[in-house]
Amino acid sequence: MTQPLLDVRNLSVSYRTKSGPVTAVRDIDLQVNPGETVGLAGESGCGKSTMANAILRLLPPGTRVEGEIFFDGEDVLTMKPGRLRAVRWAEMAVVFQGALHTLNPVQRIGRQIGEAIELHENTSQSETRKRVGALLEQVGLPAGRANDYPHQLSGGQRQRVMIAMALACSPRLLIADEPTTALDVMVQAQVLDLLEELQRDLGLAMIFITHDLSVLTSVCERLAVMYAGRIVEEGPSATVFSRPAHPYTRALIRAFPTIGDTASRMAPSGLAGDPPDPADLPSGCSFHPRCPVMHEECPHLDVELWPAGPDSRAACIEVRPT
Amino acid sequence: MTFRFVSRKVLGSLATLLFVVCFNFFLFRVVESDPVSALFRGRNISQQQRQQLQHDFGLDKSKPEQFVRYLNQTAHLNFGFSFETRQPVTSEISARIGRTITLVGISTLLSTTIGIWLGIIAAWRRNTPTDYVVTSTTMAFYAMPDFWLGLLLLAAFAESFRWFPTGGIVNVGSGATGLSHLVDEAKHLFLPGLTLTLAYLGEYTLIMRSSLLDTMGEDYLTLARAKGLRDATVRRRHAVPNALLPIVTLAAVNFGFVLSGAIAVESIYSWPGLGLATYNAIRAPDLPMLQGLFLLFSAAVIVANLAVDLLYAYLDPRVRTA
Amino acid sequence: MTAEVATPRVVGRRRIVWIRRRRALSRVWRMYRASKPGMIGLVVLLVFVVLAFAAPALASSSGLHAISTVQNPTWASPSKFGPLGTDNLGRTIGAQFLWGSRISLFVGLAATLLTMLIGSVVGIAAGFFGGRIEGVLMRITEWFLVIPFLPLAIVLASVLSRSLFNIILVIAITSWPFTARLIRAQVLSVKERGYVDRSRALGASRWHLTTRHIVPNVAPLILANTTLTVPIAILTETTLSFLGLGDPSRASWGKMLNEAFDAGAIGQHAWWYYVPPGLGIMLVVLAFTLCGQALEEILNPRLSERA
Repeated sequence: MTQPLLDVRNLSVSYRTKSGPVTAVRDIDLQVNPGETVGLAGESGCGKSTMANAILRLLPPGTRVEGEIFFDGEDVLTMKPGRLRAVRWAEMAVVFQGALHTLNPVQRIGRQIGEAIELHENTSQSETRKRVGALLEQVGLPAGRANDYPHQLSGGQRQRVMIAMALACSPRLLIADEPTTALDVMVQAQVLDLLEELQRDLGLAMIFITHDLSVLTSVCERLAVMYAGRIVEEGPSATVFSRPAHPYTRALIRAFPTIGDTASRMAPSGLAGDPPDPADLPSGCSFHPRCPVMHEECPHLDVELWPAGPDSRAACIEVRPT
Repeated sequence: MTFRFVSRKVLGSLATLLFVVCFNFFLFRVVESDPVSALFRGRNISQQQRQQLQHDFGLDKSKPEQFVRYLNQTAHLNFGFSFETRQPVTSEISARIGRTITLVGISTLLSTTIGIWLGIIAAWRRNTPTDYVVTSTTMAFYAMPDFWLGLLLLAAFAESFRWFPTGGIVNVGSGATGLSHLVDEAKHLFLPGLTLTLAYLGEYTLIMRSSLLDTMGEDYLTLARAKGLRDATVRRRHAVPNALLPIVTLAAVNFGFVLSGAIAVESIYSWPGLGLATYNAIRAPDLPMLQGLFLLFSAAVIVANLAVDLLYAYLDPRVRTA
Repeated sequence: MTAEVATPRVVGRRRIVWIRRRRALSRVWRMYRASKPGMIGLVVLLVFVVLAFAAPALASSSGLHAISTVQNPTWASPSKFGPLGTDNLGRTIGAQFLWGSRISLFVGLAATLLTMLIGSVVGIAAGFFGGRIEGVLMRITEWFLVIPFLPLAIVLASVLSRSLFNIILVIAITSWPFTARLIRAQVLSVKERGYVDRSRALGASRWHLTTRHIVPNVAPLILANTTLTVPIAILTETTLSFLGLGDPSRASWGKMLNEAFDAGAIGQHAWWYYVPPGLGIMLVVLAFTLCGQALEEILNPRLSERA
């Protein structure tokens, strides 16, 4: 078996707030093999984006991060600052959500893309310009757009710029943090196609973060579903999607009806209640207050990921080995 | 920057200037229909003097006639003769304007530079003792009336320690020329300059601090860190330039107040600029001087505001196309 | 019969509104109490307000007039005479400081109220009516914004006669545009909110929209802005009085500084004359600024998002 490119072990993250520490991510294990695409799904506030930022150590100072994040066998959390900066972008790059705020509004996009290339590869100005032009063309934008400012581009174009920027130093791992969230459905599909195509052509490993499970199944080989800072179900995406073992996964799948499926259109069902406040999590299985199949034990049960199928696991009492 | 944008701004400024010119007339001739007796209330002037003054002002004519006459004179930069010196107001002003620009200009430059620097330090070390010391000190200076700060410095450094002269622009009777004249003038400039610098400092520091704090929450800084830039580079290249935008506005607007900003401080140090001229015109009272100074002060602000608009459009690409 | 049925319901609704308001207020107070700078500012302010009210009891106003202080020594330092010494005419500084605080605070507060009144009316009218009315009102506001604040105040104060009311008027005329601009921006953002549209769709009149939705939503901002306008008004009064444009018959802190400077207190090393009034202004201005910032942080939606 090959060594995973990214190996996250027992990762916990707690933010410091005025009213004491709040744990956003608890005890997460996640492996990504070279060239593999792993999906990470869940409602907003479940800790997905915290995961993305933790992997590159981008969390604000004062945040407590525990566990290990091995990238290519090296623990990101104990890297020296210089080594960390060298790994950032050149090895792992991020496509952030909402490119309007993620791009510097007063710098031309060419300069923002070129900045990373110059930093990591020490290229000359003309070389950088050529590379930026090629990158823009690779994501389907004319090279001349390098002279535009972010506000002169449409939402989809900005997201393409973000992708071009992420590819600038040919990283081995791409973290796409809700890359399609703020876009129209048509543009969403275009951006998704582009990401899929690039991932295939360049052999990138990718972590794809979104709240839209239906997007993930078409893009990812494996899926992990997060709830209240934990992974509650994990497995090959086909399995997770067709035979979800966790009631939360089932609810998440039903929340996005498949187009053309009359049954799901006739009975759209969301999930009652709100995601729990991370500062005040329910006891036992955090999902129990919203769970349609709650057992009597659930409020006191320490759930962990139990095998739910040949290659998948779920954190639910229903699959607990007896 | 389009021609349309520039011409719209210039026309707007001209309209404002026209408003100020009319307002000036309204203030001195309509609110106070008999400015001569208003200004000489409680003093003895003969009937003959009074009539002479009213004739000088053209107050013996009808209001519309006065207005036309006033517009005509103003258009030719003729503001009449000073009561005190019997010299044309225009030449009185032009003799003093340089000294005020020297004093307030230097102070504004110094306080802007130091204020920005202190603001960056305070924001970068937010909620540390450094931040508290910087913020509270500058706030204290901000809360003092500028002339009172001037009085304190005058009492301490000129009267008690005798390190600096108490006022004026050169030592009386010193016929020094060349370098020693410059040194003498610099010594006289020091205390009023220090007063104004300290008085203006607070505003710049506090605004730079809060602007940088706003900017530091922006997503594009996370992106810049993710690219592998050093924290210092992120600050220098992405955070500070963007946070400077409001400061640029403030500084440029304040340059409009260079002429009128030191009325009380100039009078304390008898610095013979436009501020002292205003002080003397109030006390005399010297109506034509006051009127001319008021128009000049307003025009300076209008010109500075125009400069701000154009400069801002140049610095922030988002404004240009809006 | 109908009245008997209707009355309790109306009272009930008003009561609900009243209870809701009181809850909101106590929530603001709880948040305010947590702000240390805000509480320091409030305490300092209270001390000065108490001193101002107690001035007649603490110091006889006879200490203010040269006629009644002929027997006092002149330029007496605090160690030689009274708590704060005397000036060039033998008048006591302590009495001047206490009585001066009344004028400075009164002018600051009254001018701010007038400023808020003009600024809020213009701002709400412009933001609410829109169209041509807004165009005209904002044009005028912008023009006034361009005229430099202090020179305008000086010119106005020179042209008008010297009285307490005119000083208040001058400060209000020069400072209302800042308030108007701020309020208008807030009104525009309130107008964009869904419930105003819904209310309009339900046939609410302009008057109803303004009094029930716009004003209650703009009011917190007006309050925070008021607290931040008082220090500016006090500083303006001080400067005008220092330049000799104040009410000649009443001692304010600014007028004290004016007289101290004119009498040559600096040359006499009479620090007890020129330090107390300036210190008083500085503390009051700081206190109002701290209170205003604390309130703004609680009430201004944009700032509280940041925290």
